[in-house]
Amino acid sequence: MSWLMVNGQSVVLNGEKSVLDVVRKAGIDLPTLCYHPELTIHGACRLCMVEIEGRGIVAACHTPPEAGMVISTNSAVLRRLRKMALELLLSRHDRECTSCSRSGHCSLQDLSYRFGITDLRFKQEHDKQLPIDRSSIILRDPNKCILCGECVRICGEIQGIGVYDFVHRGAKMVVDTAFGQHLAETDCVHCGQCAAICPTGALVIKPQINEAWAALNDPTKTVIIQIAPAVRVSIGEEFNLPPGQSTMGQLISALRSMGASKVFDTSFAADITVLEETKEFFQRVESGENMPQFTSCCPAWVKYAEQSYPEYLSHLSSCRSPQQMLGSLVKKHYAKELGKKPEELFMISIMPCTAKKFEASREEFTTSGVPDVDLVITTQELAHMIKEAGIDFASLPTTPPDQPFGFVTGAGVIFGVTGGVSEAVLRLGYELITEQELEDVVFSEVRGYSGLRSCELTIKDRTLRLAVVNGLANAKTLLEDLKSGKAQYDLVEVMACPGGCIGGAGQPITNVNRQVRHERGAGLYLDDKAGPVQKSQQNPAVLEVYQKWLKEPGSAEAHEALHTTYRERDARCKITQPLPGKV
Amino acid sequence: MIRNSDQIQAIEKSYNHALQRGKAQILVCAGTGCMASGSPAVYDGLMAELKKRDLHTTIDCLLEDEHADSGVTVVNSGCHGFCEKGPLVRIEPEGILYTKVQVEDVVEIVDAVVAETVVERLLYHDPRTNEAFAKEHDIPFYKYQTRVALCNCGEIDPEDIRAYMAHDQGYQGIANALAMSPEQVNEQILSANLRGRGGGGFPAGRKWSIAAAQKADQKYIICNGDEGDPGAFMDRSIMEGDPHSVLEGMMIAGYAIGASKGYIYVRAEYPLAVQRLKNAISQAQAAGLLGDNILGSGFSFQIQVKEGAGAFVCGEESALIASIEGQRGMPRPKPPFPAVAGLWGKPTIINNVETLANVSRIMTKGVDWFTSIGTPSSPGTKTFALTGEVENTGLIEVPMGRTIEEVVFKIGGGIRGGRKFKAVQIGGPSGGCLTEDQLDITLDFDSLQQVGAMIGSGGLVVMDENTCVVEVARFFMNFIQNESCGKCTFCREGTLQMLNILQRIVDGKGTLEDLDLLVEVGEMVQIGSLCGLGKTAPNPVLSTLENFRDEYVAHIKDKRCPAGVCEALKRFVIVADKCKGCSRCAKTCPVGAISGEVRSPYVIDVEKCIKCGACVEVCKFMAIEEVS
Repeated sequence: MSWLMVNGQSVVLNGEKSVLDVVRKAGIDLPTLCYHPELTIHGACRLCMVEIEGRGIVAACHTPPEAGMVISTNSAVLRRLRKMALELLLSRHDRECTSCSRSGHCSLQDLSYRFGITDLRFKQEHDKQLPIDRSSIILRDPNKCILCGECVRICGEIQGIGVYDFVHRGAKMVVDTAFGQHLAETDCVHCGQCAAICPTGALVIKPQINEAWAALNDPTKTVIIQIAPAVRVSIGEEFNLPPGQSTMGQLISALRSMGASKVFDTSFAADITVLEETKEFFQRVESGENMPQFTSCCPAWVKYAEQSYPEYLSHLSSCRSPQQMLGSLVKKHYAKELGKKPEELFMISIMPCTAKKFEASREEFTTSGVPDVDLVITTQELAHMIKEAGIDFASLPTTPPDQPFGFVTGAGVIFGVTGGVSEAVLRLGYELITEQELEDVVFSEVRGYSGLRSCELTIKDRTLRLAVVNGLANAKTLLEDLKSGKAQYDLVEVMACPGGCIGGAGQPITNVNRQVRHERGAGLYLDDKAGPVQKSQQNPAVLEVYQKWLKEPGSAEAHEALHTTYRERDARCKITQPLPGKV
Repeated sequence: MIRNSDQIQAIEKSYNHALQRGKAQILVCAGTGCMASGSPAVYDGLMAELKKRDLHTTIDCLLEDEHADSGVTVVNSGCHGFCEKGPLVRIEPEGILYTKVQVEDVVEIVDAVVAETVVERLLYHDPRTNEAFAKEHDIPFYKYQTRVALCNCGEIDPEDIRAYMAHDQGYQGIANALAMSPEQVNEQILSANLRGRGGGGFPAGRKWSIAAAQKADQKYIICNGDEGDPGAFMDRSIMEGDPHSVLEGMMIAGYAIGASKGYIYVRAEYPLAVQRLKNAISQAQAAGLLGDNILGSGFSFQIQVKEGAGAFVCGEESALIASIEGQRGMPRPKPPFPAVAGLWGKPTIINNVETLANVSRIMTKGVDWFTSIGTPSSPGTKTFALTGEVENTGLIEVPMGRTIEEVVFKIGGGIRGGRKFKAVQIGGPSGGCLTEDQLDITLDFDSLQQVGAMIGSGGLVVMDENTCVVEVARFFMNFIQNESCGKCTFCREGTLQMLNILQRIVDGKGTLEDLDLLVEVGEMVQIGSLCGLGKTAPNPVLSTLENFRDEYVAHIKDKRCPAGVCEALKRFVIVADKCKGCSRCAKTCPVGAISGEVRSPYVIDVEKCIKCGACVEVCKFMAIEEVS
């Protein structure tokens, strides 16, 4: 067994890749601003410097550990070095912390406090303020950027898109898009992972809290809320509850007290998605056309396919995402039941996702010219609103969701975790193929968190080839394999964010921690298990909706309300073809 | 196609024989410096004059006709190094050097060649004694040099591969190497203790051994020709004047480590070097010296020229690799080192141009010859770009271990205009500033490192008493800040803050606390930066602060620039004794900064004064003086 010394304490080596990992394992929280375990090593912030006997001072993140190393982490020169690095990073940083939306969750702020940076000796020279890009739902403020490059790497390495890179040299260096285009004109899919990983307020999601309050306070609007599956297992983190603890009941209570007139569960629409998508899948299997079928719940993936793989658009399920299905049902059918016009209803979605903000604004998703979903706010934004309202979230009583879109099955709930859509479809598909009741609803083949996993399932006389992908870089790999004929599948589930929606960029910022994501996922599986019904096809409320408005899965009525079409995007990421029927 | 070393020797023999049969060879310098000062016109003029007199011949004519024994050949050579005196023309075999030759001088030169005399007025004249030197090797600038890496520069036609083979046994090095095992070649370079000429001085053989030990399906040799130091042009001169020595060095390195592909990374700002390298590559390919199965040894090697976009940081190995790969030129964290995982993740050796030129010589002339030059810990020679306030500036090469004094005063001819020596900046923006007390320091890797300087890129800037060291430090810091890739905190932000402080000091707005902060930031930038650019960036500041602290203090406390350079610290004063109170100056002053009573001395309000000097011009009594 090999070991090394950290500050006089021996630490056993167990395959750690860097001295940083070893030092952290030894219980010493070396500061970093540019290091992330899921990205390549950048080595730029220079905060994790350590002293190694015989080698001098090196950055721990890019030094491989070796047996017998004698490492110290707190010498006088190292402390000076760290303080100086922070002082330098702060020297040109926009330090208007009180009005920064990242205040309280800012790594730079935290480290400045931790290292007692109270006196900045560098005079702020009259640097011109760089313009803020407000074109997209992701706001970019280069004046707050510390050039750690995490956004550059997460967009390039995890999402395979590479919207950002460094431009210019020396102190003029900034992170920018190609040719300085506005973000809205780039290949950005609005997944928001760049903002989630940003250690400061340089990349933030456009806040829409005020619009939410305006609607809630407007007596002429009936505010209807829908809550996505992944929100219930993460929002508690903002209120010191452990990740994964389901707080759906408290959420509904909070929203009611804030003025919502109805609170629905998006998982209900997920159940409908299962019925529609499975129907569509077997139709494709029958006809043999446009196989494999890709899921279409993830708006970031849909945009990615539209701009980068238009040749595969016919393979995307025509199902709208659960958010848009529920919005459509509310505006098209439920409004009538309430005796209201669509514009009198104001639908707010609470989503773990930032791309949902973009999705809700798509021209396809309207009823009589009114958006089906009027406003999307993220888990983080809702937590802010609850705090602003002074609600003691953790001690709220639980309230059930409203009907008719309140009853959900476990299958709809696990939509929030990677592999969940596939599993929910399998729970129905199995019964359709075998014409027998499925006893054990767990399909462990599609569970897990690795970015690209595939399996072959033999059900009765049929073999289904499934692939489950999270992270668009993995989707790219899979699509290229399909193109080259290296791989063949029947059904492919794609989620842009690591871990699926539980890792969405709208989630509390602990999001970037893999362990936290896994606990959230476990929370969803626990909810699935604990619920009374685990198969979408057994949701009585869903069946009622079909009876009342949609007839049966795949009907013309269902298509009108629940399906959509896709169009290719041009080089500037604009859709130029008209909507079908809107020439 | 050349298949063995005997064929190389045959070419050497026949070429030299042909050259001897001609009456003379005129070498017109076609380095970038001489071309800029008009050498192409001189070349054309010489050709025309010789043709007119039916004296012109070419090496090809002499080679073809074994009985031909007259005629003068004219060739464009590489850089002779004495660029300041260009265009340079050399007459062989006598070795006569003509300086500042213009097209009007052509007839006289041809006359002298025919009559076997010299054109006295075109010879180099010592600026102090006015003594004329006919032979190049007698001129002090050349006399104290030892040319190893530059041995062909200015001596041969760089566009003719035969000239390279004929002069100093070109391509004999690779032939010798291929007769050994790769391990033996490596052993040669190790025992020659050839240290990297790019600045760091890391032993090339040790680097090669690491790469040689790697198991990989592909390895690469990269020649680092990204010479970005302001004022340095050693590598450019070698690439322009002796491109084949670089190719040969790369081939030897490739054989030693098992690489079959090489890249030469050259700045796009060196178009002539790019052109000559490409020409040399195609000639070597045509001769069978590059390509498959070189000299029948089974060793294959290809070389490609890659033009860089002109970033100083791309001289850093990992940034250079990123640039070749099409990425932004930014250093990557090390380890892994390029010798283990470099270009496209494959083991890669990056050697500087001069290092590779030396490799060719070592493999031609042997390890013992090489180690007999220089010092035991730094064998061989080093080229320098000698610039600044010396009489003779240019490209020089001296054995390691020469003192700075010898270089500045013997080769450089001392300070211009008889002024006083103040300091010498070695190694450009990464180097340090050495003072008069340090003139006896020897130029080699270890002694310079001991005093906080480094050979670095090989720039030698000599400063006299009229140079402000604070301004020099600010200049280099500005260069570094503009050229920093911006990746790591210390180099990006630290050098900016250092520059800001230096700017304040030369503007007369610095404080004594600023000096402490400057040292503190400088030390942290040295320790904390990611790559060599940042780690060495504070050297000019820290070394001048140590050696010339009083000058910094004068800028801060007395608002005075002792060298009289810093604009912001210049002041105009009216000398009361000389002023007659005529009021002309007050009437002329565009900003109304001068006031007083007629017939009594006027005064200048320094706050209002814009230092235009208009008052000095109009004063009839020379009563207004500029002080600093």
